[in-house]
Amino acid sequence: MTHLRLGGVGKAFGPVRAVYGVTLEVAAGELMAVLGPSGCGKTTLLRLIAGFERPDAGTISVGGTELAGPAVFVGPDKRRVGIVFQDYALFPHLSVLANVAFGLSRHSDEERASVTRRTLELVGLQHKEACHPHELSGGERQRVALARALAPGPQLVLLDEPFSSLDASLRGDLRREVELILRDAGATALLVTHDQEEALSVADRVAVMREGEIVQVGAPQEVYGRPANRWAAGFLGEVNILSGVGRGSGVETELGVFDVGAPIAGTAHVAVRPEQLLLRSDADGNAEVVAREFRGHDVLYRLRHEGGRTVLVQLPSLELHEVGARVFVRPAPDAVTSLVD
Amino acid sequence: MGLSPARRGPDGPTVVTVACAVLIAGPLLGLPLSFLVAPGALSRFAGYLPEALTATAVLVAGVGLGTLVLGTALALLVSFCDFPGRSWIEWVLVLPLAMPGYVFTLFCLGLDVPGVRSEMGAVAVFTLVLYPYVYLLARASFLSQSRTLLEAARGLGLSRRAAIARVGLPLARPAILGGMALALMEALADFGTVNLLGVRTFTDAIYRTWFIGFDREAAMQLATLLVSVTLTLLVLERLARGRRRYHHQAARGDTVPPIRLHGVAAAAAVAGPLLLVGAVVLAPLAQLGEWSVESIRHGLLAPEFAAAARNSVMLSAMSAVLVPAVAVGLAYGVRSSGSRVAAGAARTATIGYGLPGSVVAVAVIVPLGWVDHRIGDAAGSVLGLDVGLILTGTVIGLFCAYLVRFLALAWGAVETGLLRIPPQLDEAARGLGADRLDVLARVHVPLMRTGLLTAALLVFTEVMKELPATLLLRPLGGDTLAVAVWQATSESLFETAALPALMIVVVGLLPVALMIRLSGRGGAELEAAQGAGSWAEIEREATPA
Repeated sequence: MTHLRLGGVGKAFGPVRAVYGVTLEVAAGELMAVLGPSGCGKTTLLRLIAGFERPDAGTISVGGTELAGPAVFVGPDKRRVGIVFQDYALFPHLSVLANVAFGLSRHSDEERASVTRRTLELVGLQHKEACHPHELSGGERQRVALARALAPGPQLVLLDEPFSSLDASLRGDLRREVELILRDAGATALLVTHDQEEALSVADRVAVMREGEIVQVGAPQEVYGRPANRWAAGFLGEVNILSGVGRGSGVETELGVFDVGAPIAGTAHVAVRPEQLLLRSDADGNAEVVAREFRGHDVLYRLRHEGGRTVLVQLPSLELHEVGARVFVRPAPDAVTSLVD
Repeated sequence: MGLSPARRGPDGPTVVTVACAVLIAGPLLGLPLSFLVAPGALSRFAGYLPEALTATAVLVAGVGLGTLVLGTALALLVSFCDFPGRSWIEWVLVLPLAMPGYVFTLFCLGLDVPGVRSEMGAVAVFTLVLYPYVYLLARASFLSQSRTLLEAARGLGLSRRAAIARVGLPLARPAILGGMALALMEALADFGTVNLLGVRTFTDAIYRTWFIGFDREAAMQLATLLVSVTLTLLVLERLARGRRRYHHQAARGDTVPPIRLHGVAAAAAVAGPLLLVGAVVLAPLAQLGEWSVESIRHGLLAPEFAAAARNSVMLSAMSAVLVPAVAVGLAYGVRSSGSRVAAGAARTATIGYGLPGSVVAVAVIVPLGWVDHRIGDAAGSVLGLDVGLILTGTVIGLFCAYLVRFLALAWGAVETGLLRIPPQLDEAARGLGADRLDVLARVHVPLMRTGLLTAALLVFTEVMKELPATLLLRPLGGDTLAVAVWQATSESLFETAALPALMIVVVGLLPVALMIRLSGRGGAELEAAQGAGSWAEIEREATPA
C-alpha cells in the first residue's frame, strides 16, 4: 500500500531548479533511500516533504491525506512527520529525556512518561536520560535524535544524511542499528544520502537522483546491477561501459557476449561491473595487468585490453596476479548486465 | 653552542605586567580594608543604609524587568519578523546607547514630565536608555541560532510561536541574562540620573558621605557594599546558567527565515521602534538644540562653559592615548612572557570596568593621598619646598581613576587584535634582527591599528560622559562638560545645561555609528571593534566558555 506519494513535485529557488517533476511512491513500512551527489536537490526534496518548503508544483500526500498541493499546504507542525537532522539538532538546553518528550506535549503526563521511556528503551539509552546533549557521544546523539523523531508516533520518518557526521568506524554498526530500530518501530522512512554503500546496504529500495530529477527507482541490487543510464552506472560504483552489437538477448563486445535479459539488435552499450568479469593467467591472454589495488576482501585490477581500452576487474583476494602479467579476461557466467545510453 | 639553562624565577615581562596590574587593581582590592581601619565609620551614616538598600533593590528589580522585557521583545521582532525598513530599524534601535542617563533626565526634568522625580521615574529612564544591552545580545543570539533547531521543534508539532517560546528563547537565555546584567551594572554605577531625580541609591550616598560628611572611611565602606551588590549580580547570573552548555551552531549560513508582517502588524512594527527611539534620542536632541540656541541668544551659557569644553576634550584625548597605551603594554607583557601568572594579572587589572565611577574614585584617592603626603614631606624636608598635592590635587588623580575604570575597554580591543597575530610573525621579526620593542612598533601596532583606534574612540567618549569619578576627583575649578550638565540641571538651569549635554550626546553617537558601519561590512574590523568596549563585554557574555 502506498503511504507517501509525491506527484510531479517541483521547487525552484530563483533561477535554480532544485527539484523537478519528482514522482515517487513509498509503501507503508518501507525504508527508501534517496541517493544522489551533493547539490542534486535531495535535501530540498526532504524539506518539501517535511513542510519546511512549499512546492511550486505537484502534490505530496501521506497516508492518503494531501499535505501539499496547488490549493493545500499543511504546516510542518501538523504533518506528523518525524525528522532526524544531519547535525541532529538536539535541543542543547534540554536533557535527553526532555528532548525525547518534546513532541509529546499533547499527551497526558502519564502517557508522555511511558512513551518516552519506551522509546528510550527502543534506542537503548534509558541510562542516559538525565544527560544533556553535550555529554553524549556522536552515536548516542544520533540515537537520541532518532528516539525524539519516533516518540510522537509519526506517520513517516525522514533522515537527512544521518550518518555523515559520524566516524567511519562507527558508521557501519549504527547503520545496522538504526535500520533495526526503524523496522522494530514499523516506521515508514525516507533516508537521504550521498553515500552509495549506505543507501544500498540499508534501504529496501533506492531512488537515484540527479540535478533535481529522479533517475531510477528500484531495489539495491537492481539499481546497482542494472543502472538506468551511464551516469547512474558510474555514480553507484566502478563500471566498464562496453560497446558492441546486439545478438539475440546478448551484446557481443570485444570481451565476449553479455546477457542483457531481453532481445536486442544493432549497436548497443552495456554497463559491466568489475565483478562481472573473470580473468586467469594466460601468456597468450588478451590483456595485461597495469595496476592492482588490494582491498583486503577483494582486489581490483586495472587491465589494458589488446584493443587498447582500460578494463576494471574485481576478484576475490584468494589468488593474486602481478602487475605486468598477461591475463585472459572474459565475462563471468550468468552475469546479467544492462544497456545504457 | 649549548642549550641555554632553564630560567629560574619569573622573567622580566611577567614582573612588569604583574606590577602594573597590582598598581591598577590594588586600590580596588584595598577597599574592604576600610572596615578594619575604621570599624565604626559607617555607623555615623547609619541613616543612609536602609534607603540606599531599598532604592537599589527597587532599581535592580525594575530596571532588570524593564530592560529584559523591552530588549527581548524588540530583539524577537527584528530577528523573527520581516517588515518594511527592518534592516535599518534594527540599527536605529541601538541609538539610545549614545544617550547618557543624566542627559535624558535633563530632558525629562526640563519638560517637567510628571512623576519622573521618583524611584519609578528612575526605573523608566534607565529602562529606556539601557535596553539596547539586552536587545543587542538577544538579537545576536537569535540570529546565531541554527535553523534546524527551530525546524526540529516544528517537526515535533510546535507552531512557530511555540517553537520560538520553547526553543529560541531558552537558547538565548544566557545572552538575555548577560545583557540584563550589563544594564544593571550600568544602572548601579550611575550617579547623575539618580542624584538629579532625588533617588537615594548607594552612589548618591557615597557622594553625600564624601562631600557633605567628608568621611573617607565611611565612603569606602559604602563603596565596598556597592561592589558586593554588583559582584553578587554577576555570580547569580553565572549560577543561573547551571550546567547546561549552549552550542550555537549556526549551521552553514542558514538563518531562520523571518515571518513577513503585513498591514496593521507591519505598521506597528515600524511605528513602535521609531516612536521609542524618537522619544529617547530624537526628541531630546531637538529639545537640547532648541535650548542651546536660546541659551546662546539670551546669554545663559555658564561662564565656565568654554573652560569646561576645553577640559573635557583635553581629558578625553589624553585618556584616549594613555589608556590604550597601558593596555598595549600589558598585553605585550602577557604575550612575550607567555606566562599564566601574567595573563591572570592583566585580567585582574581590568576589573574596574563595570564598577561605579564613584567607587573607583574613592578607591584611588586614598593610596594617592598617602603617596602625595610622602612626596610633600620629602620635598619639604629635603628641598624646603611646598609642592602641594601633586597627585590628588591635579588631573593626575583623575587619569588614574580613568585608567582603572576604562582599561577593560582598551584591553578587549588590544587583546583580540594581538590574538589574531600568529606568534610566527614575532619569531620571524626576531629572526630578522628586531628586538621586542621593534616587534611591537613595526609589526604589532600597525596590525592592530583598527582595534587601537576603536579603543581610543571608546575611551574618548566614555571619559567625555563620565560624571561621578570626575565630580569627586576634579581639581578645583576644573569642571568638565558632564559636570557642567549635572550642576546646571540640579539648579534647574535647563537652557544652560543644554549645549554641553548636546555636545556629549553628539560625541557619544560616534562609537555607535562606527559599530553600525562596521557591522555592515562584517569581518575582521568588526571583530576588532567588538573586542573593545561594552561590545566586548556583550560578546563575551554572549558566548559562555
